[in-house]
Amino acid sequence: MTALAYRLAGVALLCVVLTMLSDAFLTVPNLLNVLRQTALLFLIASGLTLVVLAGGLDLSIGANVGLSACLAATAVQATGSVWAGVAVGSAAGTVVGLVNGAIVAGLKLKPIIATYGIMWVLNGVTYWYMQGETIYGFPESFRAIGSGYWLGVPVPVYLMVIVLAAGLVFARMTTWGHQVYAMGANQQAAHLSGVPVSARTFLVYSLSGAMGGVSGVVYLARLNSAEAGIGDALLLPAIAAVLVGGTSLFGGLGSLAGTLIGATILTLVLNGMNLLVIDSNWQPLVTGAIVLLAAAVDTLTRRRVT
Amino acid sequence: MPDAATTLPRSWAHSAASVPGVAYVLPLLLVGFAVAVPGFASAPNAANIGVQSAILLLLALPMTFVIMSEGIDLSMGAVIGFATVVLALLLVNGYPLPWAVAAAVGGGLAFGLVNGLLIVYGGIPPFVVTLGTMGVAQGLALVITDGASVVGIGSALPRLYAGTWAGLPFPIVIGIVAYAAFHVLMYHTRYGAYVFAIGGNRESLLLAGVRVNVCHVSIYALAGAVVGAAGLLFAGRMSAGHPVAGIGLEFDAIAAVVLGGTDRGNGWLPGTLLGVAAVGVLKNGLNLMAVPSSLQVAGVGILVIVVLVIDALRRRS
Repeated sequence: MTALAYRLAGVALLCVVLTMLSDAFLTVPNLLNVLRQTALLFLIASGLTLVVLAGGLDLSIGANVGLSACLAATAVQATGSVWAGVAVGSAAGTVVGLVNGAIVAGLKLKPIIATYGIMWVLNGVTYWYMQGETIYGFPESFRAIGSGYWLGVPVPVYLMVIVLAAGLVFARMTTWGHQVYAMGANQQAAHLSGVPVSARTFLVYSLSGAMGGVSGVVYLARLNSAEAGIGDALLLPAIAAVLVGGTSLFGGLGSLAGTLIGATILTLVLNGMNLLVIDSNWQPLVTGAIVLLAAAVDTLTRRRVT
Repeated sequence: MPDAATTLPRSWAHSAASVPGVAYVLPLLLVGFAVAVPGFASAPNAANIGVQSAILLLLALPMTFVIMSEGIDLSMGAVIGFATVVLALLLVNGYPLPWAVAAAVGGGLAFGLVNGLLIVYGGIPPFVVTLGTMGVAQGLALVITDGASVVGIGSALPRLYAGTWAGLPFPIVIGIVAYAAFHVLMYHTRYGAYVFAIGGNRESLLLAGVRVNVCHVSIYALAGAVVGAAGLLFAGRMSAGHPVAGIGLEFDAIAAVVLGGTDRGNGWLPGTLLGVAAVGVLKNGLNLMAVPSSLQVAGVGILVIVVLVIDALRRRS
């Protein structure tokens, strides 16, 4: 719990610094914006967190969000129906997750190479499918999923709360959740203790894929436009959110609550750079540096424990 | 094939065990494209594939060492882009070519060193270190160019890329020299034996008194320097420096190495050459069939997954 407390202190410190640096930070519209961006990043990183907890990795998550968003975009455009978009986007992401699960859990391919391969397959298919076109202008009812408010709070925040609650219950209060942690801590021991390792591995990759699809729909509704490169820059922030949130790359240690804090910290940094009018070209550099820093902290603290 | 393993000399048994993936795929691709695509089976096109694959080979050779040592380098594509940008900016601002070359190679070497130090001395998993440096290299390249390509690099590098030596296109000559150098390094020097042992049997190296950590870092440093040098050919090909043009090249390199049967502690350099050829042939053939480049990218991904799945199923049976 102290680890989480440190991170919350980090969030508070960032808020203080940003308040001092920019007059625009501590305003209701900006804070709501931060909340909305945090919710989006959390949704993308939530399934990934489970995969990492289980000792795996899903490098295809960003490309999955991109493809799901583009497919959802054409579905909404073609039918004018909100539900068609939600269904197509979520289904596309879930299929990707099932494929990842099948090749990693079923065929025992190494997660890094397998999901990186899938990432480039999805990337290529998305660019081919979109043919350089941009699809934009969706019905108000669809855009509400990403940009709307309910009782003054952005809609994605409700989704975030639901996913967080479900995820916490799953991880802390169900046998399957405990098995995911056990696998991540020591796969061999978990297997010997009777954990169905392949089945749970399949489950976490499927969930990560499904969350990629859902995130794609919300992301699309937020941007109100879709082009092929929509998911290109999402992998690094998603990994960063998981790592900054204290989920260990070695598996078995961390939580979805941590990822929420990680997503908040990352969003605050990127929001701060926006407010201070720092060129967006700096974003990959800063995100990359945060990933390295968080990984170093993870490794050093982990080493001290063991 | 237990019989082969016991009767053939070790290197051949080793080859027989690790060759499969690409040994099936490359002939299939060659025959398939030769039948289906007019103009594929011709000397000019073969030379074309060679020229197009030279940069990939320069990335795949050090990637073989990296993957053998139980690592991965996701930063190569971003670093080669960074190198082209450094080269181009220095050339545009009037610095002589040798300076620009030194800066590009030095920049690549610096990223390689950072990768190696964080992985070996920091004990941080290779994928996350190189994912982080991928972001940093790409970000630096974007920042120093404002996200635009850098043109006006003069004619030296494009002439180099388009030139010939003894009747062979210059990129192919570079590829041959680089392969020969890595082959000698891997199979005929002590260093090569260490590289095998780092991923295979680190303990014995330590016990033998080898400075394992230094050696391990040097694998990433060498990779960075070679990728920086490959930036010369890449800038020559584009006649420019471009901050994000290299993104994804690292996947082609990983694909070539994995197709070639390299795994931790178990590398096979001729396999990497075949893997590069397979990726090059696939892209060239699809290109001649007018398949858009986006689907060529997907094609390489599918090729890797399919071959790995076949290998996994074969191992199981």
